[in-house]
Amino acid sequence: MHGRPRKAYKPEEEAASAAKAAKLRALQSQFMSNHHNKIYTKEAVDLSTKLLEINPEAYTAWNYRKLAVEDKLSRIESDPDLIKTILDEELRVVESALSQNFKSYGAWHHRKWVLSKGHSSVGNELQLLNKFQKLDTRNFHAWNYRRFVVELTKRSEQDELKYTDDMIGSDFSNYSAWHNRSVLLSSLLARKADGFLPNKKIPDEYKLVQNAIFTDEDDQSGWFYHLWLLDQTVNVETPLLTSSWPSHGSRISLYAGCSNGSFSKLTTFGSESGYFPLVLNFDQAVGGVSSSTVTIDTELKGNEDLVWEPVSKKNSHVSCVWVARLKYISSEPCFGKEYKVKVKIGNSPGIVSSRGCNFSASYEFVFTAHVHDTVEESSQEGIVSWTDGFDIWDAESKDLNALTTLDRSNAQMDSKWRQEAIAEEIDLFRELPDSKIGKLTLARLLMAKAMISDDAVKGVHYNEILELYKDLMALDSSHYQYYKDVHSVALLRKVTSSTEDLSGHLFRCRNMNNSVCLRLNNLSLSRIASVEKLLFVQMLDLSHNELHSTEGLGGMQLLSCLNLSHNRIRSFSALDSLRHLKQLRVLDVSHNHIGEHSVDTTRYLCSSPLFNSEWTQDEVGRQMPTLVTKYWDAYFVLRDLNLKQLDITGNVIAGDVFSSFVLRVVPKLVWLDGKKLEI
Amino acid sequence: MSDLLPYPPLDPTTYDLIIVGTGVPSSILAAGASSSGSSVLHLDPNPFYGSHFASLSLPDLTSFLNSNSLSPPPSNTHDFLSVDLVNRSLYSSVEISTFEPETLEQHSRTFNIDLCGPRAVFCADESINLMLKSGSNSYVEFKSVDASFVGDSSGELRNVPDSRGAIFKDKGLTLLEKNQLMKFFKLVQTHLASSSTEHDETAVKVMSEEDMESPFVEFLSKMRLPQKIKSIILYGIAMLDHDQDNTEETCEHVLKTKEGIDRLALYITSISRFSNAHGALMYPMYGQGELPQAFCRRAAVKGCVYVLRMPVTALLLDKASVRLASGQEIFSQKLVMDPCVNIGLESLSSLTDQQKETLRVLVPKETSSKEKIARGICIIRGSVKAEISNALVVFPPKSLFPEQLTAVRVLQLGSGLAVCPPDMHALYLSTVCGDDNQGKTAVLSAISTLIRPQVPEDLQTDSIAENDTAVTKPVVIWRALYVQELVKGEFGGEISSTSSPDGNLNYNEIVESAMKLYEQLMGNKELFKEETENTAEEDDGDGVEIED
Repeated sequence: MHGRPRKAYKPEEEAASAAKAAKLRALQSQFMSNHHNKIYTKEAVDLSTKLLEINPEAYTAWNYRKLAVEDKLSRIESDPDLIKTILDEELRVVESALSQNFKSYGAWHHRKWVLSKGHSSVGNELQLLNKFQKLDTRNFHAWNYRRFVVELTKRSEQDELKYTDDMIGSDFSNYSAWHNRSVLLSSLLARKADGFLPNKKIPDEYKLVQNAIFTDEDDQSGWFYHLWLLDQTVNVETPLLTSSWPSHGSRISLYAGCSNGSFSKLTTFGSESGYFPLVLNFDQAVGGVSSSTVTIDTELKGNEDLVWEPVSKKNSHVSCVWVARLKYISSEPCFGKEYKVKVKIGNSPGIVSSRGCNFSASYEFVFTAHVHDTVEESSQEGIVSWTDGFDIWDAESKDLNALTTLDRSNAQMDSKWRQEAIAEEIDLFRELPDSKIGKLTLARLLMAKAMISDDAVKGVHYNEILELYKDLMALDSSHYQYYKDVHSVALLRKVTSSTEDLSGHLFRCRNMNNSVCLRLNNLSLSRIASVEKLLFVQMLDLSHNELHSTEGLGGMQLLSCLNLSHNRIRSFSALDSLRHLKQLRVLDVSHNHIGEHSVDTTRYLCSSPLFNSEWTQDEVGRQMPTLVTKYWDAYFVLRDLNLKQLDITGNVIAGDVFSSFVLRVVPKLVWLDGKKLEI
Repeated sequence: MSDLLPYPPLDPTTYDLIIVGTGVPSSILAAGASSSGSSVLHLDPNPFYGSHFASLSLPDLTSFLNSNSLSPPPSNTHDFLSVDLVNRSLYSSVEISTFEPETLEQHSRTFNIDLCGPRAVFCADESINLMLKSGSNSYVEFKSVDASFVGDSSGELRNVPDSRGAIFKDKGLTLLEKNQLMKFFKLVQTHLASSSTEHDETAVKVMSEEDMESPFVEFLSKMRLPQKIKSIILYGIAMLDHDQDNTEETCEHVLKTKEGIDRLALYITSISRFSNAHGALMYPMYGQGELPQAFCRRAAVKGCVYVLRMPVTALLLDKASVRLASGQEIFSQKLVMDPCVNIGLESLSSLTDQQKETLRVLVPKETSSKEKIARGICIIRGSVKAEISNALVVFPPKSLFPEQLTAVRVLQLGSGLAVCPPDMHALYLSTVCGDDNQGKTAVLSAISTLIRPQVPEDLQTDSIAENDTAVTKPVVIWRALYVQELVKGEFGGEISSTSSPDGNLNYNEIVESAMKLYEQLMGNKELFKEETENTAEEDDGDGVEIED
């Protein structure tokens, strides 16, 4: 039960408890000998009954009873009356055990087992449950069992929803009831049951939970339900394509040669390999992107059977971002020509979200690729400097506009009621006197509004959201990091919400042929977000932030120069997502915390390098097994990168040993910590 | 009256205490004195227990209200030390109307109608404490009053959101009002919790001393509670009678915050006191008359002698005795009289000043209290609120009409409480008033808001057609209106008197004055101190068993 203080035992109670323990031990040893000798006589079974009535937690005794029941059932064959008697006895034992302790896992489980044996009296179960749920309305064992019985008896979800009405009505601080309500409603809404349309039902649910929240804002149960409702309002089940590179209607210039940050236009791309990435960004992780679900129509030769790869951790088959590499330089001369590329997604089914929803509406986009015959002057041997020489970017907003189209998530959902519901909630929560959870909810609502509305005043919302999170960081220090993260997300959303905002962070790098650099430095970011709006970025400055990881950057497939100096990266494992960046040549991770903490928690999430056959077989691994074992996290990231310039000064790991290791792992490296390497 | 004679003579003839009248305060005194070992003779001129607190059948109720003076015949022997006593009625402007005599005839024995209604008890009331302490709780079973409402002239009844759950479910309050109200309740609860742990320095700060002395209504305004909620708290929860908004006009009736918080505390503690009671209020099965009877039974168990239908006709001053209607003389040093007993005018003129002083409690006074209480009783078919049988409705001042000075309280009780036949309800109304007319106007106004008027046959169809909501309103079968005088009990040394029913919903003030009187009579003894733990309780289904 909740909210009841524990009392210390009195001496006589302690004595009684000791006597009980002695008795229990005697019973237990007797029982165990029965169990081991497979004795299922009446006396033996009665002994287990006695044991369980004293101690319902004796799991072995429950299992013993299962064996005993099986044994009996096997002997009586098919006499329905006898079967019933045997099973009834089990139910009786469970019930008396439960009245001893109704939180006994073993007892509830045994009851489920008995019912699954085809016991017919399931109708009684709900009555029994009502009794236990009256005793303790939030008892999750009872709620779990209730769902089991409901499924077994095929009781309607509407009736169960009504039951949560009653339970919430009698006391609304009941997490279990609210939770069950969300489960039932999800199911009813998903199968579009009669009278359960989201645009009608969700606003009704808001009304209900508002009453709970406003009556007692200190009670958390309602807030949880509110958060769930908000999620139902904002998110759609079916996956959507949120952006792509190249984007629809864009015209890209492709050069042969290296792309060492030497492109002054946003839409220019060059690669030694003669391939350019085609990036698809979905709103949620999907699987099944392949040459059959995504078809490419183009005159560029050699792209008949594209390989689509998910940008995700190893061995995962789902991701928000999928990449295919298109060939633009082939044996035939193709320079100076323009090629149209038409991409069709979802023509044939197969793209499925991790929750099992199909990418339903097929979508098509077209871009033009201009392949230049001149090889761009390569300056790849020069060092890339982040320190100075940045000029404000003279906005070519036409260019930028083309890059940030495809914000189609709104078009596909019936957004009217969603916008109305959220607008109503915002008005309401502005009225609720200051409280932490009120501020947080208001911030979440505003964020949701900004996400699903396309009005021009988004910026105003973001400023309010940022203020709210700042307040919360000051008010509630124990959740500081969470607020910091969502603050970062909101800030990045704001930066990417319009071309005006974004262009304020774009610079020309004078030292580097005026190539365009996105500078998000000094913003105290702790998390990366809105990558889908930044797919075009080739040079990114994230220095002087509070980043712990590069998670999310994997989607920025064009990235060739990345500055992460002066952040809070603690290990190379935190840079894992960079492995997907095939164009990355310049990486600055100086002045972080790499190597400072010997125990890396992510180590235990990866398979241990010592058991990985991969490295022992490759060359570096064979040549210097000790270093690879020591720097395995760096090894796994760096060996997949094609870096020309790396900065790791200011980290604990940096030093001669590590440098020599890096040189072996990254043989093409030209600049290490600002010094040109002698080759 | 002569048919009451002859009576078998009482034996013994000497008692420590004689109590006349079996109302609630008299019965508490009888039970208390008996259990402390005093010999008590408890008399009542009426043929039933309860006096002005009784529950009666409709004919008995009618005749009790109308019997202006159930005065005993003057004593035959006019020795100068004998003082004749007369009964006078507490009731005026009695008006009884029967609309369906046949229906009433049919069910004549199923009514238990309270004289002192509307009256209910809070679960945490002092009267309940006293019942538990005395052991008289085993004679009464209570049931919860299901709901309470605040009404106005529109006839719409709004729930009184008196608990967290009620606020959550309430349909009438806006979300912000819910928030404000709950915040206020929490403040009160914090205050109560902190004042129960006294020496805690930090806890005292919840409400300042200054706040506690300020008018409650101002404190509510300071808490920024909107008018609607203030009204609910003042009249629907704190059960105030007088308009608190015009504090200048009626400054004597202004409630201090301290008292207001006490009243809220009573309400809040009532809600959670008994696990099988749903709300703050409950009502005894078979009517309020059960309460004095329960105390009387307790007294009888402890040796108190009971005689009904036995008026006291005279006081014999020199012998410290009373003469009963039977002619017998009974001796006692202490006498407690019913509030309606006075010295006969004839005797009064012949008394010396010293004798007048001894008898001062019984000397008829110029209306001692300005205030009266107007009461109404309606037997109705149907209910004032669909699907709810037992309910309290409060009409705050000015809610019925602009000149309404005091709150009108209405208590509807159903057959579940064994007070009326099925399908019917007993509806009690009362309001404190300065004069009969003012009070009756307010009561009638509340009646007409809640009940469909009795219309002549030929007009009935029209009125139903024109107003749909009227159809759902109950119909009145029988109605009584009367105004009751308020008499305060007094301690007068040898001769004292008890209080008449007051204008409150509960018995707290009456019980308080009875306890005080007991201490004065018995010399600072605590009431029911001697009672040991009460024994087995009977378990009666869904009724509220009050237990410690």
